[in-house]
Amino acid sequence: MEKAIFLDNAATTRTDPEVVEAMAEWLGDNFGSPATLYAFGSQAKQAIEQARQHVADLIGADQKDLYFTSGATESNNWAIRGVAEALEEKGKHIITDQAEHHSILMPCRHLEKRGWDVTYLPVDGDGLVNPQDVADAIREDTVLVTLVHANHEIGTIQPVEEIGAITREKGVYLHVNAAQSVGHIPVDVEALSCDLLSLSGHKFYGPKGVGALYIRRGVRIVPWLLGGGQEKKRRAGTHNVPGIVGIGKAAELARRNIGPEMERLTALRDYMIELIEKNMDDIRLNGHRTKRLPNNVNVSIEGIEGESIMLSLSYPTAEKARPVFVSTGSACVSGTLEPSHILLALGLPAELAHGSVRMTLSRHDTREDAEYALNALFEVAERLRAMSPIYKRGAKQCASGSKGEGCDCEAAS
Amino acid sequence: MYTEQVMDHFQNPRNMGEVENADGVGEVGNPQCGDVMRITIKVDDDERIEDVKFKTLGCGAAIATSSMVTEMAKGKTLAEAQEISKKAVADALGGLPPQKMHCSNLASDGLKKAIEDYRSRHESK
Ligand code: FES
Repeated sequence: MEKAIFLDNAATTRTDPEVVEAMAEWLGDNFGSPATLYAFGSQAKQAIEQARQHVADLIGADQKDLYFTSGATESNNWAIRGVAEALEEKGKHIITDQAEHHSILMPCRHLEKRGWDVTYLPVDGDGLVNPQDVADAIREDTVLVTLVHANHEIGTIQPVEEIGAITREKGVYLHVNAAQSVGHIPVDVEALSCDLLSLSGHKFYGPKGVGALYIRRGVRIVPWLLGGGQEKKRRAGTHNVPGIVGIGKAAELARRNIGPEMERLTALRDYMIELIEKNMDDIRLNGHRTKRLPNNVNVSIEGIEGESIMLSLSYPTAEKARPVFVSTGSACVSGTLEPSHILLALGLPAELAHGSVRMTLSRHDTREDAEYALNALFEVAERLRAMSPIYKRGAKQCASGSKGEGCDCEAAS
Repeated sequence: MYTEQVMDHFQNPRNMGEVENADGVGEVGNPQCGDVMRITIKVDDDERIEDVKFKTLGCGAAIATSSMVTEMAKGKTLAEAQEISKKAVADALGGLPPQKMHCSNLASDGLKKAIEDYRSRHESK
């Protein structure tokens, strides 16, 4: 296979070789458990604490407020269910929005079944939550606002600072899911005024299966896993030492690279959007044009379907062609009938939501890679559009034979 | 996730396009799910399908089933073509993932509709 171009970095990033190297040390002979008192284990304990410091530094937190988990999904679950359980005497109302990740929506639905009230705020056509809506939705019995920092699908960055100022003033906890933003744009728990923040290692060149939850001191939350005394008795279980060392290394590297990388990727992203808009008709950029992650390009292509695009790009027919890996919000991939709830929340009609392509860049991708991928995309889109029975179908070709007059097939309109 | 046959028909679809001056047109679809298929047929004097083409907006399986159904229908009499079941199309492709059966295998319905369309035009003549 020719060298593939991997543009699905919002799903997962390639583990940095330095991270792999740092982890390897803890996978072999150095297997002592950090919970033991003898020297063999205490080295592991030290390594964990060093990693904690690195991750805390990346988000401007005190390392004492950082708890290791298995990833952002766990952190999100803990934040929501843990605060809910701790504060149910105070009130049973949570605020979130319609374009959240499933690891936020599912715990919210779970609580709804147990008598909680959840407000799902709308987002605008770019995917932005209006801070005023948050302020208006806060009630006496609200205990938590949970919002994503940057959306995983469309890349839109929420005005969390503004919202944080509101929740702080009203005395309501703010949880931020920063899985997509940490390591890619500056994230600072003080600037965001958040009380809890989730992150995940494999989104910024660290390993899979390790993440963290920041819990500001004094926040009321019940322990997540009961058992041993690890993580200050709040999340029991033997530490994933290699994983934690890995996320620590990734955080250290991210902090070093973030500025120039952000600049480079933002320019590359904008160049890609420009090329798409120049070369293709009938497309829609999904997500906010500027308030978006530096590495996210998401477009809907009218008249075709996302899975076909994704498959065609990943299995190119031309000899020596490079496979390109992208993602889509089309339902045809997931096995459900509904396309991405996020694209629907933006107000996209189902057809456009089905025709979406998400390309997320990494620090390994060059301008040449991006151009190659886009040229492949243009070709594939043209081929599939030629196959589409409804794209650009004039009234003449209307299926009902009514020449478009009084015809109710959507293609005629 | 897809069989080799599915990928082959998806990558090299047979009979893509529209039959000119078609004798029958069938269009089916579910825009909610994202798929629309249009089958056009040319029928000879012995009521045999002389030519058949498809146009499809849909996933990999939708395109592959459309392509396969046209292959299977070509040269058959209308009565025979009408008997091509969804299962037969899926089987000919070496199977489809279960979640793809419901909406990707509409092509055989499209073919039936095209045949009905042909018949209704002929009855009214
Ligand atoms: S077109 Fe939707 S699953 Fe095939």
